[in-house]
Amino acid sequence: MKTQTAKTILIVALTAIITVIVFILLMPIIGPRFMHPLMSGYMPMHANSVPPASLDISTVRTTDNGLYRVSFTSELNPLAINQIHTWTLHIETADGQPVENAEITVDGGMPQHGHGLPTRPQVTQNLGNGDYVVEGMKFQMGGWWEVKFSITSGGKTDTVTFNLILEG
Amino acid sequence: MSERKQLVAGFALLFALIISGLTYILWPRPAWTEAELATLRTLWIGSLPPLAPDPSNQYADDPRAAEFGKQLFFDTRFSSNGEVACATCHIPEKGFQDGLPLARGIGTTTRRTMPIAGTAYSPWLFWDGRKDSQWAQALGPMESAVEHGGNRTQYAHLIDEFYRTEYESIFGALPDFSDTARFPESAGPVADPIASAAWNAMTPEDREAVTQVYVNMGKAIAAYERLIMTGPSRFDAYVQAALKADTKTMNSSLTSDEVEGLRLFIGPANCIQCHNGPLFTDNHFHNTGVPAVDGLPEDTGRAQGAQSVLTDEFNCLSPYSDASPEDCSELRFMVADGEELLRAFKPPSLRNVAGRAPYMHAGQFTTLEDVLAHYNSAPTAPAGHTEIEPLGLSDRQLGYIIAFLKTLDGEITAP
Repeated sequence: MKTQTAKTILIVALTAIITVIVFILLMPIIGPRFMHPLMSGYMPMHANSVPPASLDISTVRTTDNGLYRVSFTSELNPLAINQIHTWTLHIETADGQPVENAEITVDGGMPQHGHGLPTRPQVTQNLGNGDYVVEGMKFQMGGWWEVKFSITSGGKTDTVTFNLILEG
Repeated sequence: MSERKQLVAGFALLFALIISGLTYILWPRPAWTEAELATLRTLWIGSLPPLAPDPSNQYADDPRAAEFGKQLFFDTRFSSNGEVACATCHIPEKGFQDGLPLARGIGTTTRRTMPIAGTAYSPWLFWDGRKDSQWAQALGPMESAVEHGGNRTQYAHLIDEFYRTEYESIFGALPDFSDTARFPESAGPVADPIASAAWNAMTPEDREAVTQVYVNMGKAIAAYERLIMTGPSRFDAYVQAALKADTKTMNSSLTSDEVEGLRLFIGPANCIQCHNGPLFTDNHFHNTGVPAVDGLPEDTGRAQGAQSVLTDEFNCLSPYSDASPEDCSELRFMVADGEELLRAFKPPSLRNVAGRAPYMHAGQFTTLEDVLAHYNSAPTAPAGHTEIEPLGLSDRQLGYIIAFLKTLDGEITAP
């Protein structure tokens, strides 16, 4: 009886293995189009375009050392690829006082692609009341972008990074 | 339990497993996720915004300028041998390109003729973006020794002789160029030493008068070229249906192979990184490791193009541009230097790409199969660093992508 059970299990297991092998061998013929995306070895979207789930995409952020509170608004709303546009940056101190006469530099890029911004944006106007015009913003592909500002005021420099997710 | 019963039970179990597995695999499910649908929408021609005004060209949307520009576009008198017009290389029947690896005018150039349709949407013109408007672009080949081979005073005299009425109705009075001592038959800032010397001998005022006519020719040609557009393709019909979950129209628009190609295009093949938006180009510059061509001079691509456009006499910030500096953001905030510009070239629109062999900036690849094989293997760049990585796709998968690319054919319309 025991050998019978073992024999049955063996036959069933072998048949299952053969079925799987035959299916794998047939894949080039039936093509990947009938398969579940997970089975063809990739997620529906390219892995590089999937940002970390915990990404903070808020448009109001405190600088890395807590000196300033920075927010931005974009004249292009919602943000879209391949269109050059202008941002307005608002900077205030941790206790809410607008930071006037700050020196600001802009940098950024796509962390998952290892490239920078397609343009060199610059702060071109100080509107007063802690507001600054940033011209030349542009993103040329969909996915996760970082935009970094380095802010110097009263001899104290701090940096802030905004995360953006663009469609495209 | 008997042996037979055990066997039957075992096979029944196996059968159930296979059936449930197949059901899972083959069960109809939504063709695209919400995220994928959003991506498809960005590629759809319906997402193309209306053409924005060209602030650098006040005649850009003047129909009379477009009509005049069309005449100039096809007029072979504007060349050194009377045989070369814009349309010599930008052949309307071939989608405004010539199908040659290197363009041939008076001589042979070092780059492939670019298609025109949709370039009104591009902030940069030419493979290296050395021009920042269609009108400035149009003026480049006219003074190139190997393309039209002519020069500015020659063209001014031709306008005077054959197009005075058209010109003056749009741009106002044409200066009097009849004094050939002041306005030689052949003079301009060109490679030809005699024409160049004659140009330098002219007064700055006379040179300025001639250049203004030359600029207006470019603006008229641009007014025409702006209207050359590409129409909806089978792909667009598919996306339109997909956005409405109209499975029937989806199935009649693209085959399953083409859909699989599209899936690869927006997914693991990474094509969409550069070929994005409704025109399938980001109009930016990328080094994709395209091989150099033996016998051609070293081509640094955008590295040189960026320097050229900054100093171009017809750029957006030039006195000949009608734009105010605020309208020249692309030029003012462009990346002018850096490693990533070396051998970076602009991706052309992929619309109508199947009928536009050979491919790349010097026609390096004869077929789409060659192009896909290049992207699949991602060889080292001849200079600079390639942005692409090997894809590891099978020939079958590459075939799907090519099948998809062939669905991007749409009618090219021109006035």
